[in-house]
Amino acid sequence: MPKDNSIKSVLIIGSGPIIIGQACEFDYSGSQAARSLREEGIEVSLINSNPATIMTDKVTADHVYLWPLTCQSIEKILQERQIDAVLPTMGGQTALNLCIEAEDLGIWEKYNVRIIGVDTAAIQKTENRELFRRLMIDIGIGVATSETANSYLEGKEIAQRIGYPLVIRPSFTLGGTGGGFVNNKSELDEKLRIGLEASPTHEVLVEQAVLGWKEYELELLRDNKNDIAVICTIENLDPMGIHTGDSITIAPAMTLSDTCYQTMRNMAFKMMRSIGNFAGGCNVQFAVNPENEDIIAIEINPRVSRSSALASKATGYPIAKIAAKLAIGYNLDELKNPVTKTTSAFFEPAIDYVIIKIPRWNFDKFKGADKSLGLQMKSVGEVMAIGRSFQEALQKACQSLEIRKHGLGADGTGTRNLEEIVHSLEFPSWDRLFHLKDALEMGVPISSVQKLTRIDRWYLEQIADLVKTEKEIRKFTLDTLPESLIRTAKQKGYSDYQIAFLLKNCTEDDVYEKRKAMGIRRTYKMVDTCAAEFPSPTNYFYSCFETENESIRSDKRKIVVLGSGPNRIGQGIEFDYSCVHGLLAAKETGFEAIMVNCNPETVSTDFDMANKLYFEPVYWEHLWEIIEHEQPEGVIVQLGGQTALKLAEKLHERGIKIIGTSFPDMDMSEDRGLFSDLLKELKIPYPKYGVSETADEAVKIAQEVGYPVLVRPSYVLGGQGMKIVINDEELEAAVIGLLGDLPGNRVLIDHFLDRAEEAECDVICDGEDYHVIGMMEHIEPAGIHSGDSSAVLPPFSLSENVKQKMEEYSKKLAFSMNIRGLLNIQFAIKNEEVYVIEANPRASRTVPFICKAYDVPYINIATKIMLGTHKLKDFNIQPKQEGYAIKLPVFSFSKFPNVNRELGPEMKSTGEAILFVKDTKDTEFREIYSKKSMYLSR
Amino acid sequence: MSLTQAVLLLKDGTFFKGNALGKIGTTTGEICFNTGMTGYQEVFTDPSYYGQILVQTNVHIGNYGVNEQEIESDGIKISGLVCSTFANHHSRKMSFASLEDYFVNNQVVGIQNLDTRQVVRHVRNAGAMNAILSSEVTDINELKAILDRVPDMEGLELSSKVSTPQFYLRGSDQSEFKVAVLDFGVKNTMLQCLNDRGAQCGVFNAHATIEEIMAWNPNGVLISNGPGDPSAMDYAVKTVQALMQNNVPLFGICLGNQLLGRAMGMETFKMHNGHRGLNHPVKNLLTGHSEITTQNHGFALKPGDFPELEVTHINLNDDTIEGIRVKGRKAFSVQYHPESSPGPHDSRYLFDSFFESMK
Repeated sequence: MPKDNSIKSVLIIGSGPIIIGQACEFDYSGSQAARSLREEGIEVSLINSNPATIMTDKVTADHVYLWPLTCQSIEKILQERQIDAVLPTMGGQTALNLCIEAEDLGIWEKYNVRIIGVDTAAIQKTENRELFRRLMIDIGIGVATSETANSYLEGKEIAQRIGYPLVIRPSFTLGGTGGGFVNNKSELDEKLRIGLEASPTHEVLVEQAVLGWKEYELELLRDNKNDIAVICTIENLDPMGIHTGDSITIAPAMTLSDTCYQTMRNMAFKMMRSIGNFAGGCNVQFAVNPENEDIIAIEINPRVSRSSALASKATGYPIAKIAAKLAIGYNLDELKNPVTKTTSAFFEPAIDYVIIKIPRWNFDKFKGADKSLGLQMKSVGEVMAIGRSFQEALQKACQSLEIRKHGLGADGTGTRNLEEIVHSLEFPSWDRLFHLKDALEMGVPISSVQKLTRIDRWYLEQIADLVKTEKEIRKFTLDTLPESLIRTAKQKGYSDYQIAFLLKNCTEDDVYEKRKAMGIRRTYKMVDTCAAEFPSPTNYFYSCFETENESIRSDKRKIVVLGSGPNRIGQGIEFDYSCVHGLLAAKETGFEAIMVNCNPETVSTDFDMANKLYFEPVYWEHLWEIIEHEQPEGVIVQLGGQTALKLAEKLHERGIKIIGTSFPDMDMSEDRGLFSDLLKELKIPYPKYGVSETADEAVKIAQEVGYPVLVRPSYVLGGQGMKIVINDEELEAAVIGLLGDLPGNRVLIDHFLDRAEEAECDVICDGEDYHVIGMMEHIEPAGIHSGDSSAVLPPFSLSENVKQKMEEYSKKLAFSMNIRGLLNIQFAIKNEEVYVIEANPRASRTVPFICKAYDVPYINIATKIMLGTHKLKDFNIQPKQEGYAIKLPVFSFSKFPNVNRELGPEMKSTGEAILFVKDTKDTEFREIYSKKSMYLSR
Repeated sequence: MSLTQAVLLLKDGTFFKGNALGKIGTTTGEICFNTGMTGYQEVFTDPSYYGQILVQTNVHIGNYGVNEQEIESDGIKISGLVCSTFANHHSRKMSFASLEDYFVNNQVVGIQNLDTRQVVRHVRNAGAMNAILSSEVTDINELKAILDRVPDMEGLELSSKVSTPQFYLRGSDQSEFKVAVLDFGVKNTMLQCLNDRGAQCGVFNAHATIEEIMAWNPNGVLISNGPGDPSAMDYAVKTVQALMQNNVPLFGICLGNQLLGRAMGMETFKMHNGHRGLNHPVKNLLTGHSEITTQNHGFALKPGDFPELEVTHINLNDDTIEGIRVKGRKAFSVQYHPESSPGPHDSRYLFDSFFESMK
């Protein structure tokens, strides 16, 4: 059946603010779906309350509703606009739940709207654990033994029947919330209670735990005539027991035989065809008993997901884009593969490389959190790496994480504490991967490691081989290291830093120069969906150490945009939004826009966005070889958050042009001494401060500047490690703690302006003119991290005098810092005096929010100014100002029940929502505002 | 990792260096590539690969060792293997040996640690050609001299070399059906698919006469897959024509498809690269459904006007003919491998259709 022409206008439901378990992968799928439908001439409306997304941008949809994801909002949209169909499969669980709720209320029927892409009965079958289990038994698919409990007593009886270990899985929850393992009777009571409470239907599944079985995921597409193709098979390194979102995963499957795989594929088809009618993406999870290859089904999700985003990036096959076309009636064999453009979209991609995903955790932000990994997802982001072997991909993934690792060990970050290592192998947390290597390095036998971890021996042998390679390298010095061994090491993914560490007495640059002289350079290979079987005009590349390079340098003027790497607290989707607009603006001004990033969830790593995509770690060595290869005119570091900014210094040293504000000018804001000197010179007030390297010095400074003081390490993200202390004892403890965590760092001590108001300003400057993008007043007082504050645009209670001062200071700073592009300034206001707390010469977290609130493409404008192709006077900026827009922080505390929810100078929110209010009399505004007095009364 | 040098030299003079795997020796054949990501053992033991040096695009080969069940013939049939990373260690409860041992025991030569994607891109552009692979001779000129003596695949009859020398039976005497299998290089799983549906197989040598076959009194005949150029197999075409005259239900697979086509007057041609992998999309024109298929062929049927024939399946990537049937007769064939192994089971319904035609 070809396209259904009765569908002319589609509503896509987004996934709302970023929370753990539902992140920017849905911005990727939603924006891909929107573009895919618009390609077909369909009018796309979009609802999402998350302002930091590309999907809610005019470049993506025809009509954007930045409204709360509620049935009232849906009804309002349907009253306002003729909508033929709703596509609820692109916005995760949130969108599906909202779609069902609206269906229950009869809203879709009332407005004559068809639900496309899924059958709500299918959702019920897949989300309700008991229905799913019964269905599987009916169609002859094996599942773990289990029963459903709706009460505490029922749960206890079932547990007695099945025996331990058990799993508790609440129905209708996200990312495994409320689920957990029960190892014995004593743990049952609490786990059962948590599970029942977490489920909106007060229902849990009590299930036999298949700990240690191998875990697989299949990403599939199904069309209207029931033809199915498997887009990607993903193998988990971590066996059953760890949520797949928290597992290290690999594609293609490394240790899966064809017989076992085909059985799994047949089961997946049977399952998909049993749950009702739907056309689109689907994810099916299986567990395989390594002893006899028995397979059981774990779950099925008839929608795009985190895994389908990963599978799209892993194979090059854009699942969401095709799924959207299937939803409007196309069948797979009627569509072309968008990568090769000549072959069929009904196709199972072939991979001739290895991809590895490693989750990124942020436990450091949640003091007191249970750091163990289990059924409930706890990671906040992820990285993906591509290599020509498992080892290469693994080390590249470690380099991408930005956790001060230069690969898998061999960088001085390992541990020798056997007790800690062995514990970590059995009770995994974020660092188990690194401990695998530590253990093998210390001589723990592979068989023991396997017994403790139940990880397939093949993977452990791979890591053991790295240990062997390192022993070999250690025998040499830089001068004696043979060419063949350098090549082998590079092919196994070692960074120059790691090789230098192993050789001793040389630097990363020495190793680089030596191998460069030997001709051991990176080559770039294409991600083309078909293992080179067909020619592809695609622009998606990764690096490896092979002979043929496929990334041909063009003679166009080129700009590299540095991405922000894995999402984490303090640096999330908002920077990807900025990067995408940077790419689009660079393209509009005639440059070849080159993206470098390693986050598979993002829109910036969609191969449709840049002229060329290098899916590589945002890590110096990789970046440098791309620059040597591409010879760009310059690099944009202002858009990719602190990750990108951190690389500016080295780029500057090597004579690479930083697009926009120069490195020395940017660096001034990071150097507290220089920055304060500047403020003094400009007669701008700032809190008294000092810099110390020891606790003694810190106490002296604190006494000078006066308590309370704000203590923080220099060069950190999202207020990491920041504390407010009120006396010498607290200060000493804080400083010792900080220096212990970050040895060699310096500590900044600022006088803390207690009970001050906080505000911030984003500015664009081109050297001649400047423009205030937006001024925001925080509802919470100073002392709460700006990322956790409710920011009101424009200010609602600041006096004219204060606003004038903020504007004046912004202007002074923008000009004296020689800003070309963006600048964010944070203020504290006390007794009508305005103090500058900090200035960041880059796109801030708030710029995307202002872009949405005022409906002005500020990043586009700023990028063109950075590039020097435009001046501010070339733009007619007309902000749409009606009432107030509020940026509301959103938290994921439910994942960490034991964590103190109190807010402070360290950021804890994972996402944000936008709320528009007419005036300050608005009830929602009053409610948010009432929190302020709560903070002030403490 | 073996540090023995190995060289792969193509007919057009392009060569690649790497390290040896398997037996130390020299081998020749036509170079081709397979894009499948699972089932290497099934591929290596598929007799249709006889005479071919195979490039595996999947970068890790041998990770799960070898297994007694996942074997398509009595041993490795490829002439040589080209791969990126050949496993030093394997892991699977059900495996009985490493792939390395299997290669050594089967006396098969291979090369690893080279840019296999470069090889594939080269072959994709330049087309299929002969190649020599050696881990004992590394002198290019010497290798070239040997390579020059290797005959081209075009015009080469190879089925005789892999066909069973003697007739044998497979499956129970009590079976409902008797299926004669014309063995041009038949795969184990094909016979298994027939057994599973209630047939005893009588497997005949490629050169079996029509009298021999009909004397066994089969309910139907399977014309198997196999290596080589179908245009050099007039003997087999005659057998198929004679079977048609006897009105016995026919099912052709791969080479069998080409032979049925030729028997009906069609011609075959050598493809630029052929189709080898587990992901080839085929549309069934009779049902309108599409299926993902396993393929392994370097020749195909040339389209034309044949009123007695109907094209039943086409390839969605390049529109080549993937299946035909003879109008008004119980005779049909497909260019791909419905028994798969390795590969998706989407097309196993074709065996059911064959049994339907024998009822």
